[in-house]
Amino acid sequence: METDLGWWAVPLALIGGAIRISTPFLFVSLGETITEKSGRINLGLEGTLVFGAMIAYGMAYLIGDAWTQAEVAAALAQGLPAPDVSARSYPMAAWLGVAIAAFAGAVFGLVHGLICSLKRVNDIAVGIAMMLFGMGIAFYFGKPFIAPAAPDLPSIPFAGWSDIAQVRDAFNVNVLFIIGIALAVFLWWAFRNTRLGLILRVVGDSADAARALGYDLNLVRTLATAVGGAFAGIAGAFLSLYYPGSWNEGISSGQGLMAVALVIFARWNPIACFWAAMLFGGTSALGPALQAVGVTGGYYLFNAAPYILTLGLMIATSSKNRAMAGAPGELSITR
Amino acid sequence: MSVAEVLEFPVEAPPPAAIGSAAFSVETIGMTKRFGSFAALDDVSIRVRAGTVHALLGENGAGKSTLVKCIMGFYQPSAGQLLINDRETVIKSPKDAHTSGLGMVYQHFTLIPSLTAMENLVISRPHVPPVIDWGKERRDLEAFLANMPFRVPLDTPISELAAGQKQKLEILKQLYLRSKFLILDEPTSVLTPGEAEEVLGLLKGMANRGELTILMITHKFREVEAFCEDVSVLRKGKLTGTGKAADLTRSDMATMMIGEKTLNKVAEREGEPDTGKPILRLEDFVVDDRTGLKTTNIETLAVHSREIVGIAGVSGNGQKELAEALGGQLTLKKGKVSVDGARYSGRREESRSHQVRFIPEEPLRNACAPRMSVAENLSFRTFDEAGEKQVVWLRQGRIRAYARELVRRFGVKTASIAAPIATLSGGNVQRAVLARELTGYVELLIVTNPCFGLDFAAVADIRSQIVAARNRGAAVLLISEDLDEILELSDRIMVMSEGRIVYETPSAGADVMVIGQHMAGHH
Ligand SMILES: Nc1ncnc2c1ncn2[C@@H]1O[C@H](COP(=O)(O)OP(=O)(O)OP(=O)(O)O)[C@@H](O)[C@H]1O
Ligand SMILES: [Mg+2]
Repeated sequence: METDLGWWAVPLALIGGAIRISTPFLFVSLGETITEKSGRINLGLEGTLVFGAMIAYGMAYLIGDAWTQAEVAAALAQGLPAPDVSARSYPMAAWLGVAIAAFAGAVFGLVHGLICSLKRVNDIAVGIAMMLFGMGIAFYFGKPFIAPAAPDLPSIPFAGWSDIAQVRDAFNVNVLFIIGIALAVFLWWAFRNTRLGLILRVVGDSADAARALGYDLNLVRTLATAVGGAFAGIAGAFLSLYYPGSWNEGISSGQGLMAVALVIFARWNPIACFWAAMLFGGTSALGPALQAVGVTGGYYLFNAAPYILTLGLMIATSSKNRAMAGAPGELSITR
Repeated sequence: MSVAEVLEFPVEAPPPAAIGSAAFSVETIGMTKRFGSFAALDDVSIRVRAGTVHALLGENGAGKSTLVKCIMGFYQPSAGQLLINDRETVIKSPKDAHTSGLGMVYQHFTLIPSLTAMENLVISRPHVPPVIDWGKERRDLEAFLANMPFRVPLDTPISELAAGQKQKLEILKQLYLRSKFLILDEPTSVLTPGEAEEVLGLLKGMANRGELTILMITHKFREVEAFCEDVSVLRKGKLTGTGKAADLTRSDMATMMIGEKTLNKVAEREGEPDTGKPILRLEDFVVDDRTGLKTTNIETLAVHSREIVGIAGVSGNGQKELAEALGGQLTLKKGKVSVDGARYSGRREESRSHQVRFIPEEPLRNACAPRMSVAENLSFRTFDEAGEKQVVWLRQGRIRAYARELVRRFGVKTASIAAPIATLSGGNVQRAVLARELTGYVELLIVTNPCFGLDFAAVADIRSQIVAARNRGAAVLLISEDLDEILELSDRIMVMSEGRIVYETPSAGADVMVIGQHMAGHH
């Protein structure tokens, strides 16, 4: 039941928006944090994200379709009437889509990492090339999937008890969001408390020292980029399989690029990445939320809110005397 | 190297064969290293006996660092062999060296800047568990540090430590890793004499108990006499002498180092400070360090024309912040710095119009563009001026001619002025920066540890240059951790401790004991 909540609808929409819109930002920025901690920057994540969205959607659709066909065939073989499959949804097919997108993302990251391991190759230039490449082949292979409907990712109704539709909506939380939070906490812990985390930071901070300790810089960085790519692939799957929940060429509005900026904003801290993604998601919902309660003036201005806010916070929290705390020393943009 | 090797060290690896509990000997035979056609090291054979402290002497650029880097597998020698305990051993990388029980403290720091001291120590171990139990590591480290003569803060990122503290940590790291053969490349240049004494005393004790063998590069004869059994001397890549320290006099060693040359004596200070003409003035000077936790606070400080004011103190007591604020790297929180009566913030126009020159610590990092050429680095003060006008097009010919002149005048040893400045030996980087900063008319000179890592001939040279600038009327603020240097050069001495100036005395009749007590924090 839709209840008229008046202005209360705005904060509710912001919370709901924060939870829904933030998830892809969260995944891409966590992945990029891993990559950047190793001393490389991967600007190609936008392409990885779009390709992930396409492949997740396409694969979930094909697998779901195959399973439906199989079910119908099995029923017919037993001489039963064909079951009504129009309402069938296979969450398992959607999850397989996510896994395939993660795998594809890892392959993208691997390619980026291997190219950057060659001498005199600039990671930023390779990233831009990979971005265009990823988007290009996503559009090329994605054409047939624009019309059909693929199965959705499941979500958990945390406010199922409420009889206000907007409340139920806002707290309908996707499983990936919860996994994202867990990952953020885990990464934050792992950067300090595990050998791999420490190796990553050593390699990202001082190539000479890492070499003296006997680590293979290119190997560590390539693997870190591959893991970062897998995260971006999952973010893409979220876009096409949950919210907005369909595949088309305009599915990403630059989340992949913006998330790279969020990493800097979050000072390479995974927990801060979470808050940054929430902030960004929440303010992104501002325009539509205000429009829903009848404030239509300045719609585009409100849509710019996340960018303005991020800029403002960035300026407010930076210092002339202190180097950017947490910036990996080997990163080409801060070196 | 395989993925598994990087990511999956065996948690319990068998102890490497060479590391026993006892010290071992190391010998090089015909060690040679060429960079292009230039032989930085030419047929050097030395023997470091087990359980001794062996000094390696030589002027700047003689090839000392190159020799030890060949031993450590950092460079592959062009020819020659290495014997460990009289068995031929091939060391391909620093990691190999480590498994053979060799450890080195490099001339430049190799700690990871953003990691804390504790993280640096733990990650340097060959076997780090997949999940690190920091509580246990901290207890182990505290127990280890309890037997060490000096401490470092465990939880501060390295980038916030002063040079002296980093050096101590580098040495601690090697002891922590249980290296049995320790190479120290100028370990005491950033330690106070007292600290140096303590550190070397401890290391010598360990060596003489047969726990350790030490090869130490140094420029200080006093350390050779007090702490070393044997000496080897290099000149221009060749071994010019080797023997027992007890059998050699200082002049024997000096002759082996530089040949039969006469030394410049440090110029005498001439004329009295012009107390009516203050050049540099600090008032209510307050600056926070990079963590924002420690504050340096100087109420008043004036340096007059024809005066050298020496700031003594143990590293990490605010000298770094003072120098960085004067150099414009840190902004003041409060107060005022003026030069010649005008407010000064370290901008290029200001330093140019008042002829302010600045030599920070770790000059390769703080005053050079490491990958640019020697010639370009030497031209940083002058490349853009042509008389009164600013230049638009760089005049490469002029830049090169100027660089050649400075390289000749200051004796900078470099393969070519087109070589990246990072390829110069430690002492020669220092000379190059000094050459740039001391050339031309200087009104105010701010120097931090100017003789860090210079051989004795160069030390005399550089100190003469500083005194000569003073005699010409320059005001000099000399921040140094070398108390002898402060006593030798200064007109007035101040002691910094915990971010404040705690003691001031004219250098004539200054009491070293009193200064030492203030440095140690007893006021
Ligand atoms: N990677 C390199 N490429 C080219 N030349 C080099 C390189 N490393 C060292 N050299 C040259 O080899 C010579 C010896 O350098 P080395 O660093 O061994 O001197 P050093 O004896 O340690 O001097 P210092 O006391 O100043 O540290 C120097 O002339 C230096 O310019
Ligand atoms: Mg050297």
